[in-house]
Amino acid sequence: MEIIQEFGTIFIVIAIVFGLYMTWGIGANDVANVMGTSVGSGAITVKTAIIIAAIFEFAGAAIAGGNVTKTIRKGIIDPTSIVNNPEILIFGMLAALLAAAVWLMIASTRGWPVSTTHSIVGAVVGFAIAGIGIEAVAWGKIGQIVASWIISPVLGGAVAFALMMSIRKLILNTDDPFAMAKKWGPFYVFLVGFIISLVTMFKGLKHLNLELSVPMSFLVAFIFGILMAIIGWWMIQRVEVDIDADKEFHFASVEKVFVPMMIFTACAMAFAHGSNDVANGVGPMAAVYGLVKSGGELSQSSPMPIWILMIGGVGIVVGLATYGYRVMRTIGTKITELTPTRGFCATMAAAAVVVLASRTGMPVSTTHIAVGAVIGVGFARGIGALDLRVIGSIVMSWIVTLPIGGALAAIFFFILRGIFT
Amino acid sequence: MPTNTTFTNLFGRSPFKPLQEHMLVVKECTREVPKIFEALCGGDTQKVKSIQARISELESKADAIKNDLRAHLPKSLFMPVDRRDLLEVLDLQDSLADTAEDIAELLVERSMEVHGSMKQPLISMVSRCVDACVQSARIIARLDELVETGFRGPESDAVLAMVDELNKIESDTDQMGIELSRSLFAQEDTMKPISVVLWYELIKMIGSLADDAEKIGNRLRLLLAQ
Repeated sequence: MEIIQEFGTIFIVIAIVFGLYMTWGIGANDVANVMGTSVGSGAITVKTAIIIAAIFEFAGAAIAGGNVTKTIRKGIIDPTSIVNNPEILIFGMLAALLAAAVWLMIASTRGWPVSTTHSIVGAVVGFAIAGIGIEAVAWGKIGQIVASWIISPVLGGAVAFALMMSIRKLILNTDDPFAMAKKWGPFYVFLVGFIISLVTMFKGLKHLNLELSVPMSFLVAFIFGILMAIIGWWMIQRVEVDIDADKEFHFASVEKVFVPMMIFTACAMAFAHGSNDVANGVGPMAAVYGLVKSGGELSQSSPMPIWILMIGGVGIVVGLATYGYRVMRTIGTKITELTPTRGFCATMAAAAVVVLASRTGMPVSTTHIAVGAVIGVGFARGIGALDLRVIGSIVMSWIVTLPIGGALAAIFFFILRGIFT
Repeated sequence: MPTNTTFTNLFGRSPFKPLQEHMLVVKECTREVPKIFEALCGGDTQKVKSIQARISELESKADAIKNDLRAHLPKSLFMPVDRRDLLEVLDLQDSLADTAEDIAELLVERSMEVHGSMKQPLISMVSRCVDACVQSARIIARLDELVETGFRGPESDAVLAMVDELNKIESDTDQMGIELSRSLFAQEDTMKPISVVLWYELIKMIGSLADDAEKIGNRLRLLLAQ
């Protein structure tokens, strides 16, 4: 207890520094993947993507980032056995944060496909085993989390597949695809607005002192969706047939209708990523802050201060501005295979599933869900070529990231404990 | 930091663009074939040679595209079209250019005299066979649209109609081949026996242009039926 009183401020400062480091890494690398489908399909420019990402990552973290943060902060480990030494938890959370950030940095420089989510979960578990004991890990919860890593990309794929099929049925395989695209376009935009806002409102906004009943949530989401649809409709009406481009490729004009629609999915995706992945950096920060504030009281349920979410948002935006834009630019030139209709399906599916998962408090990998969604579009025979070796490398990244993140966290934990005690 | 992420690695190079590019070159290559027979009928050996050189050049260009495409088709690629079907279509396209090259080489290497009565049916048959090649190229050019629509709907119907048309062209060439052979055999006694044999071979080679073009169409028909 004395340690916390003595070094409390220092702990908070270190937590902020490590948290910024971690969220910088997320912004530098992860966000580029998230915006990849939108930039790659040529729907938005890199510059627009960065502006959208900056605003909606931030909004996602602040409005809907709470649940996942809670899971990372309290769900993975059971700290009852260290009630008398709460500083261990502080060292652990700091160590986990640093371990995840360092591992992410190493992996990024090597181009290895690791997930920020897996890094932080692995790191927290690693510290718990080393610092408290193997029984301190909430293995049931870990099982759920790991299951969600498999289920969520599959779900993303299924939703993307269904969306692609519906677009074919309603628009592409009709006698006048362009007219149909204009007719159904606003409906799809409505779906984006409706689903994202509905899932966000379901048991989501307590920390904003906003609680809505279920019918109320539906009503608000419906109104929000309609509002989006009207804006979408206005944008879609301005798209005109390009006769020359249609000669080259018969569906060129139809694809053009989906370009303004992709702006909505890009926003949704950035929001979803903010709500899920920012927590990876913010969760441990919040845990340290909570412990220091309560003077080491483990059981106290401290509310998530909004400024911590904001620090996470700032880290991501800085990462994006200093490095992420370059990754995004490369992704934009590499993924030319993704036309706006396919990009729309993949992004919307991924955004919906990520928001859904983060509502349940499951820290899932946004990148993996996006990959799942793109594969779903591919299974609908929609993409020229997908390299399924990526699935193998994703599985490899799980196998590697968890133990390495854990080992690093254990090492940092012992170093930190050595310094302060 | 390297910028190849999990996400970018997911995307392989689409085989359809190079396949279509290959077909364009092959089409250009087969389009030279009627010209070389016209030059032959006109007795212009110099022109026969220059057209042969052009055909050969186009054939190697097509080969380069083919090899590059093959090199970028790892087994891990997931494509809207089965990998084997794709390679089969590529091989058929390739055989069109090969046949054109073989025909041109024979015309250059051995002086083949054309009997007056053969000229007209010969030119008609050759150009009809090339029609078949051009029609198959049109079908391959529609692959983009087929992928977009998932090989279903009005687009698929339109391509099926094009394949029907291709089948019709091919049966025209069969008939023309028979007539051409007839007029060859009618001249049999006035020609060197070897010439007769070689002309018969040539007629078969010309016909195989249409046959292979038709096979491309039929492959597409199978893809659409899946």
